[in-house]
Amino acid sequence: MPCLDPDCWSIVRVCRLFISKRKSAPISSSPPKAQPPGIAQAWSRSILIPENRLREGNLESAGIELATEGADGVEKQIFRNLSGKKDRGVKSYDVTSPFFLRYRSVKATSLNQTHRDMNAKMVDFGGWDMPLHYGSQLDEHHRVRGGAGMFDVSHMLALDIKGETARDFLRQLVANNVDKLTQSGKALYSCMLNPEGGVIDDLIIYFLTESHFRLVVNAGTADKDLAWMLARRDEIAPGLEIIPRRDLAMIAVQGPEARARVWQVIAGSQAETENLKLFQATFFDKYFIARTGYTGEDGFEIMLPAVDAVEFWNALHAVGVAPAGLGARDTLRLEAGMNLYGQDMDDTTNPLESGLGWTVELKSDRNFIGKQALLEKPVKQQLIGLILLDRGVLRSHQRVITRPDQNEGEITSGGFSPTLEQSIALARLPLSVSAGDEVQVVVRDKMLRAKVVKYPFVRNGKILV
Amino acid sequence: MNTQNNLKYTKSHEWVRLEDDGTVTIGITQHAQELLGDMVFVETPDVGRKLKRGEECAVVESVKAAADVYAPLAGEVTAVNPELESAPEKINQDAYSAWLFKLKPENAGDLNNLLDYAAYQKLLEAEGD
Repeated sequence: MPCLDPDCWSIVRVCRLFISKRKSAPISSSPPKAQPPGIAQAWSRSILIPENRLREGNLESAGIELATEGADGVEKQIFRNLSGKKDRGVKSYDVTSPFFLRYRSVKATSLNQTHRDMNAKMVDFGGWDMPLHYGSQLDEHHRVRGGAGMFDVSHMLALDIKGETARDFLRQLVANNVDKLTQSGKALYSCMLNPEGGVIDDLIIYFLTESHFRLVVNAGTADKDLAWMLARRDEIAPGLEIIPRRDLAMIAVQGPEARARVWQVIAGSQAETENLKLFQATFFDKYFIARTGYTGEDGFEIMLPAVDAVEFWNALHAVGVAPAGLGARDTLRLEAGMNLYGQDMDDTTNPLESGLGWTVELKSDRNFIGKQALLEKPVKQQLIGLILLDRGVLRSHQRVITRPDQNEGEITSGGFSPTLEQSIALARLPLSVSAGDEVQVVVRDKMLRAKVVKYPFVRNGKILV
Repeated sequence: MNTQNNLKYTKSHEWVRLEDDGTVTIGITQHAQELLGDMVFVETPDVGRKLKRGEECAVVESVKAAADVYAPLAGEVTAVNPELESAPEKINQDAYSAWLFKLKPENAGDLNNLLDYAAYQKLLEAEGD
C-alpha cells in the first residue's frame, strides 16, 4: 500500500499525469465573450479534501488544490499541496486514481490560501471550502459589533441580467416588486418563489440601468437558482442575458468603523460613497461598493475582480479590520434577526410564515411566480424571536410548546448570542403566540422556559429586546 | 498537542485522571475543545447520580454545537466543577485543568480499559488523516 497521507508527496508522483480539462458549464446563452486574464483561474478553482475530513465537517481541511491557471488559451493544471509549507510542484494528475477517490472536490474562493495563512479553521459550506473562524468566533463577533470585521463572501454568486426586458423579467421572477427600484444603484431584497409559494432562494437585486440589473444569490443554491432563472428566461424573456460573475470576489466589511477603514484603503472613495444611503450601491474604480450587510451593523459589501481580492483583503487587515468567519457571520445575523436560507425558510416554506411578508408585494396587479399560491393559502404561522430564560442553548429544530394552548412550533435558528450573553432563537410558531408570552422549549430531556420577543435582537451595537 | 502522559482517555475524547483518594476526575480533551470552539454552556450531572459506563452524563455547548459527554467508567458522581457554570470558557483556556466532574468508580480496575496516552495519540492521528 502506498502512503495515503495527504501530506505525503511521494504517492502523488506515481499517479498518472493526466486529467480532463475542467471547464465551466455553458451558462449564458450569449456567445462567450473575451475574458480578461485571470477569469479562467477564478472559474475553475477547486480543492480536493479527504472524504473523512468532510464527514467530520468541522475538522481543519488540509487538502490539495487543483486549479487551472492562466488564460488566453495558455492554461496549465496546477497541483498544490495546501497542507505543506510551500508549493511543491506543478503537475496534472488522474483524478480517477485510487488516491483521488478518497478526495472530494470542494470549491475555493480566490482568498482560500489567504484564509489558511491566517490560521483559519476551514469547513465545507455548501460545497465551498470556507473559513469558520480564525481562532475565536466570539472575538470576531465582538470586533464587528465594536469596530470593523471582514468576511469573504465570494462563495455567493453575482449574476448580471442584461437586456431590454430585464425589469419585466424580474417583475415576474421575484416576490418583491422591482418597480420600487427607480434610482441607479438602489438595492432590493426579495425572495424567488416556486409556483407553490415556497422559497427557492432569497437574493439582492441591484438596479444599475434599465438594461442591466445585478443579483446576488446564496452559494449553496446558486446552481439551482441559475437553472431556474434560465428556464424562466427562456419562457418569459428569450434573448435576455444571465451572466454569472465568478470573476468577481465579494468582501463584506462590517461594523461601526467599517466605512472609515474602507475609505482608508480605497483612495478617493470617501467622497463617492459617504452619502450612499442604506441599500444603495455605486461603482468606484474597479470596485462595486454597496451599503448593505448581514450583521445589523453599518458597512459595505464590496465586489471587485477576484484577482485583486488578496491585495484588498490584506490592505484592510493592515488598517485594523479583523478577519471574521462563517461562525461569527451566523451569530451576527441571528442577533440582527436576518433569515438564513435553508434554516429559516426553504422550498417548502411560505415567505409569509418565515418573517418575510415585508418583502412580498401583493398589492399591485403584477403577476409573479408563486403569487397565486400565496393568495390562496391561509397563513397559520409566524417567525418570531425567543430569548431563553433558563440556562442552556437553543438550537434549530428544537420543539417549542406554547402555553396555555399546548400548540407546537419549531426553532428554525438558535444559538448563543455573544452580545446578549444568553441564548436566542428564531422560531416558527402559531399565530396565537405574541411578544411577551412565555413558551417552553424541549432541550434534550428538559423543558426550558423562553420569552417570546419581536426581533431584531441587536442593531447597530444596541440591544433592542 | 497538549495531551498529558499520565491521563487515561476515551474514544469520545474525554480525559480521566485517577486521584490519590481513589476517585477519578473527568474532562474533555484539548482536541475536543479545539473542534468545538468557544464554549458557552456546560451542564454537569447531579452529585450522587450513579452512572453506567458510556452513559450520557454531561453536555458541553460551544457557539457552534452541543456535544454529549459520556461516563468513561461506571460510578457515582462525587463532585462537579462549580466554576464552569459561569465560566465555560475555562475549557478553552486549559482543557486539562477545567474538569467537569468527579466519580467514585464502581470498580477501580475499569480504568485499565481506557486508552493510554499513546493509544489516544494514535486515535487522533487516525481521525485526522
